[in-house]
Amino acid sequence: MTNTLKITSNIKNFFIEIGELSYFAGHFFKEAFSRPFEFKELLRQCYNVGNRSLLLVGVTGFILGLVFTLQSRPTLADLGVESWIPSMVSISIVREIGPVIIALICAGRISSGIGAELGSMRVTEQIDAMEVSGTNPFKYLVVTRIMATTLMVPLLIIFGDAIALFGSAIVENLKSDVSLVLYFNKVFNALKFTDIFPATIKTFFFGFAIGLVGCFKGYNCKKGTVGVGEASNIAVVYTSMLIFIIDFIAVFVFDIFFEI
Amino acid sequence: MKVDNNIVPILKIKDLRKSFGDNHVLNGFNMELFDGESLVVMGKSGSGKSVMIKCIVGLIQPDSGGIEIMGKDIMKLEHNELDFLRTEIGFLFQGSALYDSMTVRENLEFPLRIHKDTPEKNEELVKDALESVGLAHAIDLMPSELSGGMKRRIALARAIILQPKVIIYDEPTTGLDPITAKEIIELMREIQLKQGSSSLIITHDVDCARVISNRMILLIDGINYAEGTFKELSSLKDKKIQAFFK
Repeated sequence: MTNTLKITSNIKNFFIEIGELSYFAGHFFKEAFSRPFEFKELLRQCYNVGNRSLLLVGVTGFILGLVFTLQSRPTLADLGVESWIPSMVSISIVREIGPVIIALICAGRISSGIGAELGSMRVTEQIDAMEVSGTNPFKYLVVTRIMATTLMVPLLIIFGDAIALFGSAIVENLKSDVSLVLYFNKVFNALKFTDIFPATIKTFFFGFAIGLVGCFKGYNCKKGTVGVGEASNIAVVYTSMLIFIIDFIAVFVFDIFFEI
Repeated sequence: MKVDNNIVPILKIKDLRKSFGDNHVLNGFNMELFDGESLVVMGKSGSGKSVMIKCIVGLIQPDSGGIEIMGKDIMKLEHNELDFLRTEIGFLFQGSALYDSMTVRENLEFPLRIHKDTPEKNEELVKDALESVGLAHAIDLMPSELSGGMKRRIALARAIILQPKVIIYDEPTTGLDPITAKEIIELMREIQLKQGSSSLIITHDVDCARVISNRMILLIDGINYAEGTFKELSSLKDKKIQAFFK
């Protein structure tokens, strides 16, 4: 096959995959609003997605705030504006760095996990077994997972942001004797509604993308155990890419409405 | 057992065809399963046995042909009607297909969700099914804690928990040691006698076919190449047929 043919085939496959993903998303919305609702399984998935990612998100957030403050400090100190650190760090973390970094961490932790779990269920015929028993596996496995990530990822991001600011506050406390109370006073004075609201809204879309891609790759997994690895791997790659695309669109759209 | 061919079959397949690209797996397969019968379909690996039973339960859409279960054409059923009909069919998967993340109890309770009985009634059904397969003590174990034979028994318990009218077995003895395979075959016989259900068994295990079948169909080249009792088929001189019994 010539290079041109290969490129054409790859582009074609890319658009086919986008079409299939869109159809999958449409199927999700159709099933999500029809009875019966799987509340028990949704709660279980919320626990899996939320509780089990808490430590990872906490540690990442803490290091993020700590490092960001340590790296910014010398430059701001040279300019004599160390007092800007709380407002600068908080706005950067809440608006952009926190949501994107934590969503990427969640993509690695949650999307790949969902891809691998559903993929192995597919190749070991567990999904077929559910279907044969008269249960709708799409509703039970896919809808609950996508809803869980859509609900829990924003909470994880809020938690991660808070821990990141705490990490930053500790650095400030150690480096320049700024008390935690003073630090957070400055943070809350700096943050406005237009910083928090758009940043929070986009995290729901991040959560949706994480669940959607993980479920899509896992549920449609083929090629046996090799396919499970592929599903897990590709889920992370696609989700990470989608997170950046959603972020770009969100910043663009919110800039029109909120002049951020 | 003796089958009265004048009665209406519980499961009827007519001129079933299915291809995957250029690979024509089923080329007009016909079959009838009668009430209380134990029918074995034998064929080589890749002959389309599993495709055929997946068409029966609606997991694979055939290219053409008709499948009637208890008088209902499954191609014409709405999704919810098909789901309801599926509760009348027990399906034992080749690899057991137990849900990894659930305990044995939850695995068995899963098919009961559709009936919305009381928890007490469900508990009773789970215990009865587990006792039928001799694994009442395994109720709180996870599938990863079970041996291959135990997994197959639990999968069998899950398949029979709704007391289906038809039980479909996909290679029930594959991957098991001879002793466990014999135990599973014996269990299948016991369950059929106890529940009076019809069994459709897909296998290439001659011993299994000999012990359990009332009637056999040899699936060769995508069609029902030969049909009869084990004794009748094993005495035929045709080379393709003899290859199964050597």
